[in-house]
Amino acid sequence: MGAYPASDPQLCNFRVDNPLAVSDKAAHFYLQTSPESAMKQLLARGSGSIYQLCQAFRVDPPGALHAMEFTLLEWYRLGFDFDEIISDTLSLVATLLGDRKVEVISYFDIFLRELSLDPLLAGKNELRDAAKRRVDVDMDDVDEQIWLDLLFSHCIAPQLGQGCYTVIRDFPPQQAAMAELAIDAKGNQVAARFELFIEGVEIANGYKELIDWREQQRRFEQDNKTRQARGIAPVEIDKGLLASMREHGLPACAGVALGVDRLLMLAQ
Amino acid sequence: MGNYSTNEFKNGLKLIIEGDPCSIIENEVVKPGKGQAFNRVKLKNLKTGRSWEKTFKSGESVEAADVMDTDMEYLYNDGEFWYFMDPESFEQLPASNEAVADAKLWLKEQDKCIVTLWNGSPLTVTPPNFVELAVTETDPGLKGDTAQGGTKPATLASGAVVRVPLFVEEGDVLKIDTRNGEYVSRA
Repeated sequence: MGAYPASDPQLCNFRVDNPLAVSDKAAHFYLQTSPESAMKQLLARGSGSIYQLCQAFRVDPPGALHAMEFTLLEWYRLGFDFDEIISDTLSLVATLLGDRKVEVISYFDIFLRELSLDPLLAGKNELRDAAKRRVDVDMDDVDEQIWLDLLFSHCIAPQLGQGCYTVIRDFPPQQAAMAELAIDAKGNQVAARFELFIEGVEIANGYKELIDWREQQRRFEQDNKTRQARGIAPVEIDKGLLASMREHGLPACAGVALGVDRLLMLAQ
Repeated sequence: MGNYSTNEFKNGLKLIIEGDPCSIIENEVVKPGKGQAFNRVKLKNLKTGRSWEKTFKSGESVEAADVMDTDMEYLYNDGEFWYFMDPESFEQLPASNEAVADAKLWLKEQDKCIVTLWNGSPLTVTPPNFVELAVTETDPGLKGDTAQGGTKPATLASGAVVRVPLFVEEGDVLKIDTRNGEYVSRA
């Protein structure tokens, strides 16, 4: 439970009222959508590499692969670079599901391979046309990001990790979340973020962590702008995390959140 | 009739899609880890019977369809419409050829059918699972052939043609399973 909600426009926290609060201060708290903020505050205070197996809560429409309460395994490795944290995740999954062929491909290349579409250059109209050709969808005036999400979730993800472990890496900077930005081999700015897919199911999401508190603050503010543009209420930004990053400094590290329930489902 | 939010979607919910009444067969939430959630829904068009998949952005609203199933009694056919009566209110409603569709093969006066109403008019008709209908025409069966389990076509009072055992004769009343159109027994 934390004092601040997640700013990510796609996430919605459960709010818990404090019946003993005597003023607006500490009147309510938020069930964590992931332990990321709390763990990064520990990292900033010198915890060293850490892991946590915990419950996370998201106000989400429930479905076959979504529960409002679920189990996350989240871990952070000090000094790990982006490639090392990907290998780390694959070796953990292999201990449970066994060795499989590994496919690592960038977000850009998977769009090119599966849809012959450039996700970075395609404009709103091109993305909408590409989506409407493939999916019967009741949606028109939405931003580029939502069209990319539709294409990725409907046309690409089901194909991933069939008979192998598929890692999608180097997301567009708009999807950086809390990952550091990097320059890929083609000279494009990308987010050092990856997702692991097994049998069409997203299992893990990891970053080379962003450690610059000013950039972190800018992203929180950008999240609120996106929320407003989409007609979602903005949230109070996570001052606790920003203060830790500013005062103590987050050490260079990489981290992963892994959906334990989904992994166990695949291990059955 | 109002709207339903995608958060209320569940199997059997009736919606208006592109002007036609549809029923949800399957509702699945699809959401990238850090992305927009969608409801991918398998729908059945209640007018045409066609099923297909459609996606909605989660949180959107869709027009609700005023569709309900009612038990009604089949009365008669005047050449254009098939008339059904509500056994409680005695209200009579005409069902079109499109609404009755294949059910017309099994309709017998006074039989209870399920009539699906859309805005108060018959949209589809489901006959009882079993009906009893008289044979109006069939070739005479050959004695002694029953052991081989041979069959022959027989025309029923409703106009349906079904495969029946060789011992069945004109005038016999037969029990038929309307779901597969097969002979069950002599009634």
